[in-house]
Amino acid sequence: MNLPVLKAADFASDQDIRWCPGCGDYSILAQMKKVLPELGIPREKTVFVSGIGCSSRFPYYMNTYGMHSIHGRAPTFATGLKATRPDLSVWVITGDGDALSIGGNHFIHVLRRNLDINVVLFNNRIYGLTKGQYSPTSEEGQVTKSTPMGSIDHPLNPLSVAIAAEATFVARSLDAHVKHLAETLKRAAAHKGTSLVEVYQNCNVFNDGAMAYAQEKSQRLENTIELEHGKPLIFGTDRDKGIRQVGTQLEVVNLKDVAEDDLLFHDEKAMDPSLHFLLSRMRHPVMPEPIGVFRDVEGVATYDEQINDQVAAAKAKHGEADLNALFNSGDTWEVAS
Amino acid sequence: MSVQPEGQLIADKEISEVDGITVRLAGDSGDGMQLLGTQLTNTSALLGNDVATFPDFPAEIRAPRGTRAGVSGFQVQFANSEIFTPGDTLDALVVMNPAAMVTNIADLRRGGLLIVNEDGFDAKALKLAALTEDPVTEEIEDRYRVFKVPMTKLTRDAVKELGLGMKEADRCKNFFAMGLVYWLFGRSLEPTLRFIDNKFGKKLPDVAAANEKALRAGWAFGETTETFGITYRVAPAKLKPGTYKNMMGNQALAWGLLAAAKRSGKEVFYSGYPITPASDILHELSRYKHFGTRTFQAEDEISACCAAIGAAFGGAMAVTASSGPGIALKAEAMGLGFILELPLIVINVQRGGPSTGLPTKTEQSDLLQAMFNRNGEAPLPIIAAQSPGDCFDAAQEAWRIAVKFMTPVILLSDGYIANGSEPWKVPDVNEMEPIVVTHPPDAAEGDAPFMPYARDENLARPWAIPGTAGLMHRVGGLEKADGSGNVSYDPDNHQLMTDKRAAKIEGIANDIPAQEVFGEESGDVLVISWGGTYGACHTAIERCQREGLSVSHAHIRYMNPMPANLGDLMRSFRKVLVPELNSGQLRMLLRAKYLVDCIGFNKVKGKPFSVSELMDQIHEIADKTNANGQKVG
Ligand SMILES: Cc1ncc(C[n+]2csc(CCOP(=O)(O)OP(=O)(O)O)c2C)c(N)n1
Ligand code: SF4
Repeated sequence: MNLPVLKAADFASDQDIRWCPGCGDYSILAQMKKVLPELGIPREKTVFVSGIGCSSRFPYYMNTYGMHSIHGRAPTFATGLKATRPDLSVWVITGDGDALSIGGNHFIHVLRRNLDINVVLFNNRIYGLTKGQYSPTSEEGQVTKSTPMGSIDHPLNPLSVAIAAEATFVARSLDAHVKHLAETLKRAAAHKGTSLVEVYQNCNVFNDGAMAYAQEKSQRLENTIELEHGKPLIFGTDRDKGIRQVGTQLEVVNLKDVAEDDLLFHDEKAMDPSLHFLLSRMRHPVMPEPIGVFRDVEGVATYDEQINDQVAAAKAKHGEADLNALFNSGDTWEVAS
Repeated sequence: MSVQPEGQLIADKEISEVDGITVRLAGDSGDGMQLLGTQLTNTSALLGNDVATFPDFPAEIRAPRGTRAGVSGFQVQFANSEIFTPGDTLDALVVMNPAAMVTNIADLRRGGLLIVNEDGFDAKALKLAALTEDPVTEEIEDRYRVFKVPMTKLTRDAVKELGLGMKEADRCKNFFAMGLVYWLFGRSLEPTLRFIDNKFGKKLPDVAAANEKALRAGWAFGETTETFGITYRVAPAKLKPGTYKNMMGNQALAWGLLAAAKRSGKEVFYSGYPITPASDILHELSRYKHFGTRTFQAEDEISACCAAIGAAFGGAMAVTASSGPGIALKAEAMGLGFILELPLIVINVQRGGPSTGLPTKTEQSDLLQAMFNRNGEAPLPIIAAQSPGDCFDAAQEAWRIAVKFMTPVILLSDGYIANGSEPWKVPDVNEMEPIVVTHPPDAAEGDAPFMPYARDENLARPWAIPGTAGLMHRVGGLEKADGSGNVSYDPDNHQLMTDKRAAKIEGIANDIPAQEVFGEESGDVLVISWGGTYGACHTAIERCQREGLSVSHAHIRYMNPMPANLGDLMRSFRKVLVPELNSGQLRMLLRAKYLVDCIGFNKVKGKPFSVSELMDQIHEIADKTNANGQKVG
């Protein structure tokens, strides 16, 4: 049978999109619509589950199944759905406040369980929907409505948390770098297990330009470093700088002084998360920030697969389930008429 | 050593036929009293007695040994007729140490049997129980029939030849006590011997042998010594014909869920986070993966409830359970489930509150939480189970309503029901009616657009599940436009949807049976009860009726919406009495809804009602009401 070839437009719902003009969310939506037809998964098999926040309005704009749930809990809804319906392609859409603040607990647990879903974390380092309070990823000292004297919270690094939870797929991309974003989403979809993609998303209303150092084309090459499996870590407008490992630290070196072979080579498949963790610790302005796939570990059993395997194994062992047999098992007695 | 089969005359000992016996076994929480109690219950049930039990344990897993805080008790009543409670006062009390004695003696009736493990009453034990002298005083000996038995020493002697360490040997003393109790009440050793063999036979043959020896030694002690001059017999009860099984509430609930799944052609997805007294439902269901049951131990109750809603969205039979504090955490998600209009069962096995309250004790104080613990206008149907066996039916009824009306349903149980047990008539699954569940089929290109919030005659919306072509739709917590389900902030639409959702829940009243009455349909006093107080209320009212009082009983199962005839029924009596193990939660709802001035009888002590305290209360009200046939006071 020939399945109809779907286009990006087929994934658009009939709902008006209500994000602020210029919001980075539009770009992520566009890339998602572009990538999904390429996955060959029917629309009716695709489900978007979100929490609360600007980003979490996302499911309404997709012509798939969707659930806009409650604040921070999207991973939990996805858990129940995917555990019982492993045939579905499930995407969790969340924000930095949603995933890391109120939903921090569930974020860790869905990653360590390795449920076979894709989590896309829109990180704008601010609370958008509630109009501009600082978020767990806001910089220290950031002045917002709730921190007029500057935030005194130390920011949380979502990828460090995810890698510490031994997530099997961890990546970072940018709303403005559409090609990279599409590629990264595709990689995430291909991964079996929980994939986490952090997307730097500009909130042009409450935190405009917070990640300009990475977003602006002119600055990107100096301030970010693109990870490629098996390749040395090289960056810079003239690709003249690299990253070297010294003991338990990473440092920036000039390729004039250091040979390429002495640089750190990226191994996204390493089961041991130590190096991936080190990469996640590279923060602007001291270091270039890695974008791309930090970690893509294969062969780790997924939660949905295992819960269903146990059911299948139990059925194989005990045979056809028989309620009458269960009810009459153990000590019973007869009362005669 | 030979064991007398039961029913045989025992030389030079008198056998007394009685209608029923209430025994409580009490000891340190490490003494195995719960095991002893369960065995005695099962054995009695197998003999054909009706049984009712009440386990009572400390909140601490290992409270300091020998102290009053560490006392663990198990009460069982077995009788030759149908009974509804584990009994008010004790005919016999078995105590393993002084702490157990002083904390339980008040419930032993005058002249009752007090069996004391003499070896457990040394100086150290007295000190641990905060006593300065032996509590088995002359006064005690006058008031009760006291039997001191050196159980520890006799147990050690009995198992000596097995060469066990002292600790292992002493651990068997509950089996010695069991043997003695079995002899005293003419129970058969067989079921417990089978239990020992199943549990330890293969893995720990030494332990099995020791327990068996201790059990038989206890029996032999009763028979051969001159200590006891009398034994008791309770004839089988005349229950409805059929196959029976002794069931605990949480197990019955789990089995009811399995039955509901079978009747609806679904598989259970159950998610929970451990909490007393709900955990056993998770444990029980986790054993039935071969029935397609998927159990998820979530990271917290919020996750548990949300995961269940996710599973419901996908088409599973979704269930989550907790106790009060955990239900508080589920509240936001329950509100979402309500506006998503998805079927879901939320079980609350209530315990003493507020907050952590009395985790191992019973209470009925989460009724208002069930009614109102959500933001916005979010009424949910509420069903309350009334006894351990009834949990089986209540669970199925919850699912029937959830799918018929597409809504989460709250199912209330409590600690007393959950851990209590009673004979349960085993049903024939093939005779159970199906619970009809439909999912709309694939739609083709060009079909009318799918309306996820269109409603049927019950105002229920279609349960369209992901994977169905052409029915793609989005649900969420934001208000939905009537029919299409699209996000809508239109004020009139919000009013309309609020009203429709409320009408849907209210309409369930037309789908449930009218409120039944035990007794006349009008008269002096109507007692209205709900949940786990059923047994005590029923027994009290039955006895009051026999005494000639004009009192009837309405036990409510459907807490929301309530049966349509309830208001008229209340108005047909001069007085309405509402006993509850809370400060008046149902009373408040009844007054608010029916404007009938109900009288409360309330107790919040972590303990169930006794039949006698309810009878006293009914008498008091009936007397006031009925002086010269006139309404008084
Ligand atoms: C239980 C609960 N608490 C608070 C809120 C209010 N709230 C809505 S969105 C949000 C923050 C969202 O921030 P983020 O995840 O960064 O999303 P963004 O809007 O920036 O995309 C908060 C606090 C809520 N809806 N529910
Ligand atoms: S507030 Fe910020 S994140 Fe929200 S829609 Fe507007 S620009 Fe986007």
